[in-house]
This record gives sequence, C-alpha cells and structure tokens, in this order.
Amino acid sequence: MAFNMDWDVFTQDATVSDGPWWEYLIGGIGWTLTLSACAWVIALLLGSIIGTLRTTDRTWVVRLGNAWVELFRNIPLLVQMFLWYFVVPEFIPPLKRWMVGTEPIYAQFLAAVLCLGLFTSARVAEQVRAGIQSLPRGQRNAGLAMGLTQAQTYRFVLLPMAFRIIIPPLTSETMNLIKNSSIALTIGLAELTFRSREMGELTFQFFPAFAAATVVYVAIAMSANRIMAFIERRVAVPGYIAGGGK
Amino acid sequence: MNFDLGVIQSALPYLWKGMQYTLELTVIATLGGLFFGTLLALARLSSIKPLSLVATGYINLMRSIPLVLVLFWFFFLMPVVIQSITGAERPPFIGPDRTAIITFIMFEAAYFAEIMRAGIQSISRGQVNAAYALGLTYRQSMTHIILPQAFRNMLPVLLTQTIILFQDTSLVYVISGTDFLGATSKIAQRDSRLVEMYTFAAVVYFAISFSLSLLVKRLQKKIAIIR
Repeated sequence: MAFNMDWDVFTQDATVSDGPWWEYLIGGIGWTLTLSACAWVIALLLGSIIGTLRTTDRTWVVRLGNAWVELFRNIPLLVQMFLWYFVVPEFIPPLKRWMVGTEPIYAQFLAAVLCLGLFTSARVAEQVRAGIQSLPRGQRNAGLAMGLTQAQTYRFVLLPMAFRIIIPPLTSETMNLIKNSSIALTIGLAELTFRSREMGELTFQFFPAFAAATVVYVAIAMSANRIMAFIERRVAVPGYIAGGGK
Repeated sequence: MNFDLGVIQSALPYLWKGMQYTLELTVIATLGGLFFGTLLALARLSSIKPLSLVATGYINLMRSIPLVLVLFWFFFLMPVVIQSITGAERPPFIGPDRTAIITFIMFEAAYFAEIMRAGIQSISRGQVNAAYALGLTYRQSMTHIILPQAFRNMLPVLLTQTIILFQDTSLVYVISGTDFLGATSKIAQRDSRLVEMYTFAAVVYFAISFSLSLLVKRLQKKIAIIR
C-alpha cells in the first residue's frame, strides 16, 4: 500500500463540512486571502507612516520608529502569534470577554490580522525608509527651497518617488505575507495549509492534499508577481527607473 | 492576573534543553543550507540548460510555498517515500527532530542559493575573464577567484538570513518538535501559565536576535569599505 494516491479524493464528501473536499479547500483559500488582504492594509498604512517618520529630523521620532522595527523583526512570527492570541487579551479584560464569548474563528482572525499586520508593517517601514533615503538629497532641499513645508515636501516630492522605487521589494513582502499567513494555523484558524493537513489526516491522502495546497500557493505567488509587475509598469517614472529594479 | 516568575525558574533546565536543540538545528541547517545552496546557485548559473532549469525550478518552488507546508510535506510523506523505495514492511520512524533538520536544510538551501547567486553576480565579469585568461579551469576560478570574493560581499546578508533561520526554527512547533518554543509551549500548557511562558520566550528570542543583528551591523560597517 506504500504509496497509493487517490486523486478522486477531492470529490468525496468532506467529513468536516457539508460539501466535497475541494470545496473545503477553496474555503481555506478564501481565509488565506482575506487574512492576507486585511493584514496587508494595516501593514501598508502603518508601515508607510512609520517608515516616513524614520526619515524625519526629529531624533525621538526616529528612535521610536527604529524601536518598532527592531521589536517586530527580532521575535519569531510564531511567538508573536501566540502573544496576540494568548497573552495580549489577558491584559485587556473587555477584549478577553469578547474573545471568549464570540465564535472562535472571529477571535482567531482578529489575533492573526493584528499579528501579521504589525509584523509586516515593520518590514514595510524598513522598505519605505530605504526608498526615501535612496532619493538624492537635492530633491528634499529643492522642495524646501521652493517654500514647501516639510509635510508638503514629503507629500508632493519624496513619497511619490519613493513608493515607485520600492514596488519590487513590496512585492516580495506581499508574497511573504501570504506565506506567513499559514502560521495562523497554530492558533486554529482554518486557512489553506490547516485544511490541507486536515484533509490528509482524515483521508490518509496526504500527497494529493499537500499537492493541491502547493499548487495554489505557487499560483498565488505567480499572480501576485504579475499584478505588482503591472502596477510597476503603470507608475514607472519615465527615464528614472524604467527597466531597472528587477 | 498575577505574573509568576517561579514557573519559569523551575522550568529552566527543560527550556535550556530546548534551546540547545534550537541552536543545534540553526547551526546544522545553516551549514547544510550553505553547502547545498552553493551547489544550487552554481547549478542555476550553469551554462548547461537542463541543470539550470531544474535548479531554478527548485528554488522558485521552495520560495513560493510556506515553510509550514514544507515541514508537513516532509513530516507526513518522507516515511512513506522511504518505505516505497526500500520496500520495508512499515514506514520507518523518522521523528520530528530529524524531519526538521532535513526540511530546514532543503528549504534554506533555496534561500541561501539566491543570496549566493546575487553574490556571485556582483563580481565583475572581468574577474572571470581574467581567471580564464590565466588558464584556470572553471573549478579553479570558482574556488580561488569568484567564491572567496562573493562570500565576503554577501557575508552580512548570509548572517542576517541565519538570524531569520534561528527565528524560523520555532516552526518545528507545528510537527511537535521540542525546540525552545516547543519546550516553552509544553510547560505553558502543563502549568496553564501561557502568559508567563510566552512572554519569556519572546524576551529570550528578542535578546538573542537583537544582539546578533547588532553584531552583523558592526561587521557590515567593517567590511563595507572594501567595495
């Protein structure tokens, strides 16, 4: 029996849900993508703000930003996941009450979104800072010399350039985020990897189950790559980074 | 809620054993990953088309799926595959610890390979040509001219990747391995002291990773002048 593979297993009824296994896995993809999308919004917003603040001339703001990045970068994501799910609620009683009272999936989802969002925000912040600092010093000086305030210089001169430059590294952060979302399975969130393992354990068809998950992850990675490449082409600054950055 | 430090103290010997495994796994995976990563990078840059295609495919596959999934692949399927190759009566027992070592070497090799490739490609074409012009073979020019310079250029990135690897070893939790986090988690569940134990784990990981990354930064400053 060593290596029997039964590819029909996908159309068989899933013991854990009403539909067949393939439907159950699709549901997992839904959770993976929803989780990643929500975390990505948090990461991009927070990361842009913190990354920008780290390039200002206020020492304590820069230090605070650096501390944020170091804090999230030097603790394993899995440990952070446990902190958000098991530890943080203990210090916020109303949150704890809500998490105990609500459906487990909502509590898991909230913890996972916060964890992945803040973790990725530190990485985005690092890219944004690098992007702004890679611009020639003259750009900032030119903005200020034209009478723009510091905020205006950032808004109209520095950020529009920096964000275009950092699209390639942001692409790989996006793909990292999607891959990292699988760690949410440790707190019980039934995303794609969780469900494929469950399918393997319940049907003993590990090979088809993991193969399906692998194909989906590769497909997601490839399409994320295409989409970001498309955006990159659309917003490229003529004559500045055209053709580069790949 | 009371924060009980005594729980941590009494668990320290067990946690230390976990930490030893974490460090062991990090070192073995780094060395193995470096070895296979170099081979992969050379294969990817090779002029032999099939070889470079296979290496590229392997690297891209490993880099586009989550480490957790790779761990599951090896954990659940390696015994069956070995059984079908050797024709044994029942699947051999491999266990989470050895599975983790094999998985991390295979997985990290892909990441190290990409760093290597960038490092090798950062060496100017003239160096390769000069080596060939001196009559060195491919092997000689790689081992004496290209790789030593490439290693020096990519040392900071390699060390940073090792710090990431050190943090990633915590994922052996998903196959019930007893690394530092695994040990922490087992104590946490046994004593129902999740807050203390997970906070402690976070502090320890942070202290180690942060001090290592400071060292890498210092090293980077030191060798940056050469380029």
